[in-house]
This record gives sequence, structure tokens and C-alpha cells, in this order.
Amino acid sequence: MPSNNDGKKLTRRGFLKGAALGISSIAIPIGSADASVWDAFFQKHFTEMSKDEIQSTIARLEKEYKTDYGVDIKVGAEKAIPNVLFGYGLDLSRCIGCRRCVYACVNENNQSRHDPQIQWISVLRFKKGEKWVSDLEQSEMYYHPEKVPEDGFFYMPVACQQCERPPCVEVCPTKATWKEPDGIVVVDYDWCIGCRYCMAACPYGARHFNWAKPNIPKQEINPVTHYLGNRPRIKGCVEKCTFCIQRTRNGKYPACVEICPVGARKFGNLLDKDSEIRYCIDKKRVFRLKEDLNTSPKFYYFFSL
Amino acid sequence: MVISKNFFTALKSITQGGRLYFTWLVILAALIINGALKYSTQFSQGLIVTSLRDPVSWGFYISNFTFLVGVAAAAVLLVIPAYLYHFKPIKEIVLFGEILAISAICMCLMFVTADMGKPLVVWHLLPIIGKMNFPSSLLAWDVIVLNGYLILNLTAVFYILHRLAHGKQYKMSFLFPIVLISIPWAISIHTVTAFLYNGLSSRPFWNASILAPRFIASALCSGPALMLIIFQILRRVSTIQITDTAIFKIAELIAYAMAVNLFLFAAEVFKEFYSQSIHLAPMEYMYFGLHGHHNLVFWMRLAFAFNVTAFLFFLIPKTRENFLTLNIACVMVIIGVYIEKGMGLIIPGFIPSTLGEIYEYSPSIVEKSVAIGIWACGAMIFTLFVKFAIPIYTGALLPPEDKEKIHAPEHPSRRTDDLYETAHQDRRH
Repeated sequence: MPSNNDGKKLTRRGFLKGAALGISSIAIPIGSADASVWDAFFQKHFTEMSKDEIQSTIARLEKEYKTDYGVDIKVGAEKAIPNVLFGYGLDLSRCIGCRRCVYACVNENNQSRHDPQIQWISVLRFKKGEKWVSDLEQSEMYYHPEKVPEDGFFYMPVACQQCERPPCVEVCPTKATWKEPDGIVVVDYDWCIGCRYCMAACPYGARHFNWAKPNIPKQEINPVTHYLGNRPRIKGCVEKCTFCIQRTRNGKYPACVEICPVGARKFGNLLDKDSEIRYCIDKKRVFRLKEDLNTSPKFYYFFSL
Repeated sequence: MVISKNFFTALKSITQGGRLYFTWLVILAALIINGALKYSTQFSQGLIVTSLRDPVSWGFYISNFTFLVGVAAAAVLLVIPAYLYHFKPIKEIVLFGEILAISAICMCLMFVTADMGKPLVVWHLLPIIGKMNFPSSLLAWDVIVLNGYLILNLTAVFYILHRLAHGKQYKMSFLFPIVLISIPWAISIHTVTAFLYNGLSSRPFWNASILAPRFIASALCSGPALMLIIFQILRRVSTIQITDTAIFKIAELIAYAMAVNLFLFAAEVFKEFYSQSIHLAPMEYMYFGLHGHHNLVFWMRLAFAFNVTAFLFFLIPKTRENFLTLNIACVMVIIGVYIEKGMGLIIPGFIPSTLGEIYEYSPSIVEKSVAIGIWACGAMIFTLFVKFAIPIYTGALLPPEDKEKIHAPEHPSRRTDDLYETAHQDRRH
């Protein structure tokens, strides 16, 4: 997906730099007005950066993270692996609603821990026999019993469904969010202007906003990150599940799949006939959430029992 | 040069005025400063100082934005009866409608900016230098139509004022195309803004085709109502003649617009409550409360009561042509539509959330202060603009012989007659 047409973009960038220098100098604190502030301000859209530009941007970001968090954070920019389309399976018969996936996700993906607390997975609890699937209003997101699973309830975790036709991408006014060739919907956090139109458009409550600068304790930072994934975010941008892009593009399972104590979570390549996810689709009756909206999620729910 | 000289003499007039004028400006300035200070905390700490959270991600700012788009559109939509039916008394005051539109659009742009998480990089949505997602994103469309509308109105207003400033008639050959474009453009800013919400299949409350028509109908109530009040103030504080006929005519138009608005509302209510599908939830939340949450109920019922009462006041000639009841009705319509097309439109889109959560939202102190600051800023723009325009419009700055050119006694409204004829000729050929 990334395209490099340096000549054109550099002139554009140069022009902009000159034109906006005067105006924007008001908005940037004079004391910190060194070159890197300007580089940050004029940072290009990820897909428009050349290899060198990606490298220099990453170097600057890593330096910034070092001063901010005192940790050596590595920002990767691995591209999609050819002939891979990621898909996810969730066995509702097995899920016990323990929320280990929620917290594994938070730790893996450097979400803000408090003020605001951000979680990419919401586990919905339903009463057995009551309305569900198309009417989520009867669900309880904030259940807190002593022990799970509870009698008379079942659980349905929801995160980004990685739609094939993602409404969030369609509505973004700046193309700051897009679908990668391996099917993952990603956000360029620096390009996002924070209008939150995507949050209104998402039918699955999968998008979360950094209402303030994220609060992550230094010792809890995960230093292995991806540019389009779990690198620390900034105040005022939108974030979401990326199927743990920093792991899955390097042949690992997403953190939620790995942590699940009951093996309810399946993950794999939809284009590979022998993958686990294809097995689930072939052997089980799968359904996808809110099919009536034609978003074509790559997130399949099924029942093993 | 005479032209610029007169223009700048007029500009000077904004610094001259009575005690009332300056008190008004000082109050506005205080509100603006307060808003700016509150905004600076939002800017440094983030939108966490608002009451917005993930389940309700748009709120008071976007509500105000939506309402003001309606005001901006409606102010110019008054041009339609003026030009199509050659209703002269309204024509006289179109200029001030355009100034109101300019002020409203400025407020719209400020509200959207206040709502942004990263306002500094707003250049990302510009075409060419940024990466505007056109035509896919309706927000990109909105950026185009709103700014285009601002430019159209600024051009028209400055052209008219510039010509009048040195005692010349404005040329209809220049103005008429602008007026002609600005009519569908006014509809478009409202339609595009409605489509912005309407297009989201994730929000059943917005995803109903009645949204855009209702948007326009209610805008045609609140915008003109606001203008009626402003016109009464204008003719009291200046020498500008705005006839009672014009005012009553506009009031009558509001009655028709409100009739349409109420009918569309009834259609919506019938569909939702008769079919009783799960998508009834937002409506239920608005008028009866949902699972014990009823923040909006009082306001929505108030809006409904106001709209119905005002409709009757505008409809019945006796109350319409009585300034006391007329003004009560105007205030009712403004408040009614402000609730209905503001919070009453935005919040139920998020309640219940897409995952069925109910998060009760009411704006924080910061949101309220910033919003009041932006309104004060809009009022300031309007006041100064009008103060600048009035002496030019009345010809007060011109030498007597020039003054006669624009306000010849034997043709009290020669300017508009001129315009009227040109409009006719344009149509004939």
C-alpha cells in the first residue's frame, strides 16, 4: 500500500512549510521550536512516506518516547505479508466472560490505563433466553460478579470486526484510517485530526478516543510496537484493535488469542485452506455481528457445543 | 481614492456609538475571553474536560454546529420569496440576512474546531496539501459547502457595500448569478450536514430518510425567527426602514415551515411508535426516558410544546400581527428548534450506543463556557458588521447628491426596483 513518489510530495511539503511557518508559529511554544517540532507538525501521512522518511520519522518518535516514558521503545513498520487476509473466530460456547483478553490486550497494546481508561475489547453479558444478537440493549458491559461464568448468563466479547467494507474508513475526512492489504483496519495516529466521525460510524463501538494524554505506567509499557499498532498514542487521536499487528505480522497470535484460558479465540489466514479459522468456518455454523449493515466483518462467532 | 475612503470612513463607524453599544460590546468581549480561557484548558488537557466519552462522542459543540448551519441556510433562503415572487419588503433586508449567514457560518467553523481532538493539524483535511477524503466522506463535503457558502456571502455583501459606499447602484449582472447560486447552495449546506448523520447505518435514529427534509423545514423556522427579532432591533437602533408588512410576511412563512416540520415529526413518531421495533429506543429515550435515564425528556417535551404553541401564534393572523405574541412565538421557535435540532438530534444518535450502553450526557462547564464564548464571538461579528454596513446602506456617509442616487425620494426603493427589473429581464431572455 505505501507509495513513494518523493519528488512531488517534497515540493508540496516544502511549499507548505514555508506557507504555514509564520501562521503556526503562534501555536507552537517558542521554547520548544526546534527542528523536531516542525518535523512532527509536518509529518506526512504514513502511506505517502518513502522508506527513508519512515525510518527518520520512527527515529524521531523513538527519541520522543524515550524522553516521555524513559523506555527504549522500538517502533516497527512491517508491511502486510502477501497472500494473507486475517480472520478471527470466537467460540461463544466456550467464553466464560473472565475478561483476561481485555487486560491482555490493554497490556500488549499500550492503552491508557486511567483517565481515560481505554479497552479495545468489550465483553457483553446476556441473560440466557433474553434478546441478543440484533438487540444489544439488553446486554451488560459492566458486570462484576465474584466468579465467572455465572449461572443463567452467557458472554459475547466484541472488538473491532475488521470489516471488509469498513464504514469508519469511508467517513474519515482525512484518510487517516484505512484497510491494509491483510485486511486490518489501521489508524495513522498522527494524521488523525480527532473529529470522531469514525466513532459515530462504527456499528461495533470498536473505536476509542484519547480524551487526554494516555496514562501508562513506565514499567507497564510494551516496548515492542508497530507504527500502525501499539506505539504510544497522543492526546486527541482515535485508536482501535489492529489484530495485534505488531505480533501477527511477525507470525504470532494476537495477545487475546494467546491468553484465552478456554481456547475460545481462533485466528488465522482466511486465504489459507488449512488454517484454523478456515476450519471453524467450514465445520461450524458461523455468524457475524450486525450482518444487516453489510459491513462484512472478518470476525466470526460460532458455537462448538 | 474615493471608493476606499468611503469604505474606511464606514469602517471607522464601528468605533463610534452610544453607551448601549459599548456596553454590549464589553459584555460580548468578557464572554469571549471567558470562553477562550476555558478553551485553553481544553486545548492543553484534551477533551477530557468535556462530558463527552466514547459512548457519546459528539455532544454540545456538534449540537450547536448543527443548529447554526440551519440559521445560516435559512437567512439566505429568505432570498427565494424576495426574488422569485418579487416581494419587495423582504428584498430590502436580504443584505442583513447575508450578514447573519456569515456570522452563523463563522460560529459553525468555530464549533467544529472546538470539537476537534487535534485542531493544529486541521490542514490534513485540505485538498492537495492535506489528504481530503472526497467524495467518500460527508465531512469533506461539509468543509467544501460551508466554506464555499461563506465565500459566496462575503462576496455578495462586500460587493453591495462597496458599491453603495461610493453612491453607486450595484450591478445585477454581477450580483444575480451569486444570488442564484446561493439559493441552492443554502439548501446544500443543510442537506450535506443532514447527510453527514443520515448516512451512518450504525445509528438507526439518524439513518432515516426523513432527516434531511426535517432539517430544512426546522431551519426555515428558526433562522427567520432569529432574523425577525434582529430586524426589530435594527429598525429601533438605526434609521433602517423595515416595514411591518415584511415582518408579518416572514412570520407567515415560518408558520408554513413549522407546519411541515410538525407533520414530518408526526410521521416519524407514527412510524416508530406504531411499529415498535427495537429502533424505537432513541425516541423513547427522548420523550419518555429509557431504563430510568431521562436527561432529555424535559427538554424534548418543552421543545414540542414551544413549537406547537409558536406554530399557532404564527398561523393565526391576530397573534401574528401583534408584536408581543409575535416575539414570544419567535423566542419559542428559536428555543424549540435549538433543542430539537441540537441536543435532541445529536444525543439520541448515541443512546443507546451501538453496543447497547446508555451513557447520560450533559455538557460540562467548559463546554458551556466555550459554547457561550463562540456565540458571543458570532454576536460580535454580526454587531460590528452591521454597524459597519448601516451607514453605507442608508447613505449617511455620502454627500447629499450621491445620497439621492441610492435613495432617490421619488423611488423609495429604486435599488430594489432595479434589481426587480433585471431579474425579470434575465428570466425573459
